[in-house]
Amino acid sequence: MRIDDTDRRLLRRLLADPELSSGALADLAGVTPATASRRIDKMTREGVIRGQFAVIDWSALGYDVQVSLRFTIDKTNPRAFDEFLAAAREVPEVTEIQTFLGKVDVRLHVIARDMGHYQQIYRDRILTLPHIAEIEALMQVASIAERGALPL
Amino acid sequence: MTEIDDTDRAFLRALSADATLSAGELGRRFGLSQPAAWRRVKRLSDAGILAGRRVEIDHEALGFGVTVFLGVKLAAKGRVSLEDFERAVAAIPEVQLVHHVLGLYDYRLRIVARDLSDFERILRRRIMTLPGVGEVEANVLLSEERRPGPI
Repeated sequence: MRIDDTDRRLLRRLLADPELSSGALADLAGVTPATASRRIDKMTREGVIRGQFAVIDWSALGYDVQVSLRFTIDKTNPRAFDEFLAAAREVPEVTEIQTFLGKVDVRLHVIARDMGHYQQIYRDRILTLPHIAEIEALMQVASIAERGALPL
Repeated sequence: MTEIDDTDRAFLRALSADATLSAGELGRRFGLSQPAAWRRVKRLSDAGILAGRRVEIDHEALGFGVTVFLGVKLAAKGRVSLEDFERAVAAIPEVQLVHHVLGLYDYRLRIVARDLSDFERILRRRIMTLPGVGEVEANVLLSEERRPGPI
C-alpha cells in the first residue's frame, strides 16, 4: 500500500505515544476523527500497523533481573538454528528472540525474579539449549531510553 | 508486589497479544461482566503491571529497512560522565533503545536506518562522535519475535 503524508503524520504521533485516544491522535495529526480512524483501520488491514500490544512491567510482578544473552550457534548442523529457536521458545522466561547477521547469531532476553532464580534458569534451561557454540551475557542495569518512534 | 490470579494472567496474555481489546470483549472471553473486566484492567494498570502500549509497524513500508543492535564500550571511563554519554545518545533520533548493561559492553543500543549506507552515516557521524565512545560492535537484525513471558 502507498503511504501518504497524512498516514505518516498519524503513524509518527501514534508511535511517539501509543496511548493517545483516537480524538487526541486526530487533533495532533490535523485530521478529523473519522479520517484518523479510517486511515488507522486501513493501515492495520494492510499490515503497515502490525498490531498494538500491552507492555507488561515485569518488575511490578517481581521479576527484577533482566539479562541479554548473546549466542553464537554451531552452524555445522544445518538444522541448528531452527532447533535452537524452537527450544528457546519453550523457556517461559525468554521474552524476546532476535536473530542477527554479525558476530552474534541469536539474542535472548531473559527475565528472572532474582540472581538465584536467574542462575537456576541459566543452568537448567539455557545451557541445555541445543547447538550453542558460545554465550555472552549482558546484565541490564538500567533502561535509559526506549521508544518506538521513527525519525520520520 | 501485587498478587495476581489466573484471570489476571489470562487478561495479561490477551492484552499482550492485542492491546485494543475492550473491557466488554475481555469480559465475554473470560466470563466476566464488562464492569468487572474493566475493574481488573484498571487494577493491573494502577499496580503498574500493565505499563502502556507498544505499536508495531512494518518499518520497511515506511522506508526503514535496517535495524542494528550496537554494543558500545566507553573508552575513557571516569573522564566522561555516564550522564553526558547517555544524554547525547538518547538525543539521536535514530536510536530507539538505550540500555545500560554490565558485561562485555557498557551500553546496548537499537538503531533504525533507511538502509546500510544510511546506517553507516549514523554510525560515523552520530555514534562514533559520542563523548567517551570506545569499541562498538554492530549486529544487523534479521528477525525478531516477542514471547508472552512467564504468565
